[in-house]
Amino acid sequence: MTFQGWFLILAFFGVLLALAKPVGLWLFTLYEGRRTPLHLVLGPVERGFYGLAGVDPAQEQGWRRYALHMLLFNVALMAFTYAVLRLQGVLPGNPQGLAGLSPHLAFNTAISFTTNTNWQSYGGESTMSNLSQMLGLTIHNFLSAATGIALAFALFRGFARREAGTVGNFWADVTRITLYLLLPVCIAYAIFLIASGVPQALAGVGNVETLEGARQSLLLGPVASQEAIKMLGTNGGGFFNANSAHPFENPTALTNFVQMLSIFVVGVGLTWTFGKAVGNTRQGWAILSAMMILFLVGTGVSYWAEAAGNPVLHQFGVAGGNMEGKEVRFGIAASALFSVVTTAASCGAVNAMHDSFTALGGLVPLFNMQLGEVVIGGVGAGIYGFLLFAILAVFVAGLMVGRTPEYVGKKIESREVKLAVLAIAVLPLMILGLTALSSVLQQGLAGPLNKGPHGFSEILYAFTSAVANNGSAFAGLTANTPYYNGLLGVAMWVGRFFIIVPTLAIAGSLAAKKYTPESAGSFPTTGGLWVGLLVGIILILGGLTFLPSLALGPIADHLSMIRGQLF
Amino acid sequence: MGKDFSSALRPAIVMTLLFAALLGLAYPLAMTGIGQAIFPSQANGSLVRDGGGRVIGSTVIGPAFTSERYFQTRPSAAGKGYDGLASSGSNLGPTAQALVDRVKADVGKRRGEGVTGPVPGDLVTASGSGLDPDLSPAAALAQAPRVARVRGLAPERVRALVAERTEASVLGEPHVNVLALNQALDGLSRTGSPEVPRR
Repeated sequence: MTFQGWFLILAFFGVLLALAKPVGLWLFTLYEGRRTPLHLVLGPVERGFYGLAGVDPAQEQGWRRYALHMLLFNVALMAFTYAVLRLQGVLPGNPQGLAGLSPHLAFNTAISFTTNTNWQSYGGESTMSNLSQMLGLTIHNFLSAATGIALAFALFRGFARREAGTVGNFWADVTRITLYLLLPVCIAYAIFLIASGVPQALAGVGNVETLEGARQSLLLGPVASQEAIKMLGTNGGGFFNANSAHPFENPTALTNFVQMLSIFVVGVGLTWTFGKAVGNTRQGWAILSAMMILFLVGTGVSYWAEAAGNPVLHQFGVAGGNMEGKEVRFGIAASALFSVVTTAASCGAVNAMHDSFTALGGLVPLFNMQLGEVVIGGVGAGIYGFLLFAILAVFVAGLMVGRTPEYVGKKIESREVKLAVLAIAVLPLMILGLTALSSVLQQGLAGPLNKGPHGFSEILYAFTSAVANNGSAFAGLTANTPYYNGLLGVAMWVGRFFIIVPTLAIAGSLAAKKYTPESAGSFPTTGGLWVGLLVGIILILGGLTFLPSLALGPIADHLSMIRGQLF
Repeated sequence: MGKDFSSALRPAIVMTLLFAALLGLAYPLAMTGIGQAIFPSQANGSLVRDGGGRVIGSTVIGPAFTSERYFQTRPSAAGKGYDGLASSGSNLGPTAQALVDRVKADVGKRRGEGVTGPVPGDLVTASGSGLDPDLSPAAALAQAPRVARVRGLAPERVRALVAERTEASVLGEPHVNVLALNQALDGLSRTGSPEVPRR
C-alpha cells in the first residue's frame, strides 16, 4: 500500500461527501416536481411526451397503480429490446454485419438491461451492432436508472406523507428524472469522455499496421454516449467485453476517477434527499454514515489484499501487488477502489478482472453484493434497499425496549416488517438455491473456467451478481449457454421486481399512516448508536446468511493460496 | 383491475417508443455529431500516424510488441494477443495452475534476457483488457538493457528515454505508453549516432 493509494481513496471520499448535498438538493427539486431552469429547454419535450402517451402528470397514483404502470413499462421495454436484439441481422447500423442474437441470449440480455443489472453473457465487440448498443441497450441504462430513482421517491413519499392514499405519479417521476437529471448530465459527461479519448463514431472496424508490421483491428462505435449513462445510472454494461478496463471505455486515470464518482453520486445524493423529504436532513446523514463505514472497511480490506499480492507468484521472484487482470494506468489502489465502488453500488462495471483478484480481494465485491448492495447501492435501489434494513433495525430496537418501533415519524407495525422481511429474503433464497443447484447439475458444472474453490466462487458470484442486479462477474464462467442464460435471467427478474413490489406496498402502507411525533420514549434514529445498530443489523444478517458459502469459495481459496496449493 | 390494466397499456407502449427515439437515437447521434465536430481525433480512436501518414496504432490502445528490438507490451489474453475485437483478461484465479505455469515461463524468459532481482509484476501478468497500452516504469527499465544491446545503443540513453516518457499520475500509477516509447526509440536509432557505443 502506498501513500498515493490512500490519497486517492481519501480524495474520492472527500469529493463524494462534498457532492451529497448539492446533488441531493437537485434530486429533491425533482422529487417535489418543482420547476428547474432546464424546463426552459426540455419542458416542451416533457409535455409532448405526456400528451402523446395520454398521461396526466398531476394525477396521483396509489401504490398498486404505481406498481402496475412501472411493471407494464418495464415489460414493454424488455420486449422492445428483445426484438431489437433478435432482429439485429436485418436492422441497419450494423457495420460489422453481425447476426441476430440467439433466443436465450436475447432473453438474458433484455432482462439484464431492464433490471439495471447489465450482466453480459456476451462480448460486446463481437456480438452487438451499433444500433443494438444504442437503441437496444442505452435506453435501458437511462430508464432502469430512472425507474429505480422513481421507486425511491415513492418510498420517500410513503414516509413523508400523512394519511394519504397515493405515492406519486410514475410517469411524471420517470420522465422528470430522465429529462432533468440523467440526460443533461450525460451530455456533458459524454463530451468529457470524448475529449479524454473515448471514441464516438459510427464507423465500425478500422485496421492499423503496427511498427512491427502486424495487423491490428480496432473497433469504433458510439462508446462515449453509452459509457456516460452506464456509470451514472449504475448500469455497468460495457460497450466492449473488457468493460471499463478497455482503454477505449476508460482511457486515463482521470476518466477512471470520474467514472467511480459517477457510480456513487446519485446514490449519495439520494440519502440527503431522503432526509430532506422527511423533514430532518440528519436522518439522511445518519444513513450515509452507516454506508460509508461499510464502504471504507471494504475498501481497506480489498486494497490491502491486492497490494499484498499473490504469494504463489512471489516465490518465482515476481514483485509487488497482484497485477493479473489489472491495467497499469490504474494500478492496484484505483483497481481495488473501483471494485468496491462498483459492487457497493449495483453498477457492475469493472476496470480490472475480479476473477483474477486475490481470494480476499475477490471476497469483498462478493460480500458487498450479498449485503444487498445497500452501501450507497444502485441509483434508487440502494436507498430503498437500505430503508428495508432500517425498518428491521427499528423493529429490533423496539423489541429490545418493548415499544412499538417508529421511524421518521411513522409507526412501524407488523405489516411493514413482514413485507421488509419478504423483500430481504429474496436474496439468500435465490442466490444460495441457484448456486447449490448449479454446483451439482452437469450444465452448471460445465461453466467455471477455474477449478477448485475458485470455480465454486465463479458460480456463486454469478448468481449473487444476478439476483443483486449488479452485473459484474467472475468472468471466467462461460455463461452464454441456455442453462445459465435462462437461470440468470430469472434470477435477475426476481431479484429486481420481487423486491420492488413489496417495497411499494410498504410505501403505500406508510403513506396511509398518521404522523407520530418523536417523544422521550422514541429510539433516536440520528446518532452514533443508531448508525452502529444499522451497521450491525446489515452485517449480522448478511454474515449469518452467506458465511458458509463464502467459506466454501473465497475463504477456502485464500487458505489454498497461502499454502501454495494449486488447482 | 382490468380497466386499470388497459389504461396503463397505452402510456407503457407510447413512452417506450418515445424514449427509444430520444435516448436510443437522438442522444447518441447528437453526441456523435458533437464529438466528430469538436474532437474528431479522439472521437475516431486517437489514431497515430507515422511520418508517411500510415496509421500505426492508437495512443490509447496497446499494440502487440514482441520483437527484441522494441519494448515489449504485457502478456495479453485478448484473442491471440492484443486482438482489438476480442478484449479480455485471462480470468485465471490466484490458485490456478495455468496462471502459475504462464507466469513461471514468462519469468524464465525475462531471466534469459538478463533481468535480475525482482521481476516487475505487470511485466509477467495479463492486463484486464488485453489491450493495455502502458508499462510501469520498472517494467520498461527492466527491458532497457536488452533493447540497448540489440540496437547497439548506450544503456543509459535508453534508460533516459524511459524516464523522459514516463507520465506521472496523481489518480493512478506512473506509466509509459509503449507505442510512444518505441516510436521515440526508432527516432533515436535513426538519428542517434553519438549514442552508439564505440566498441
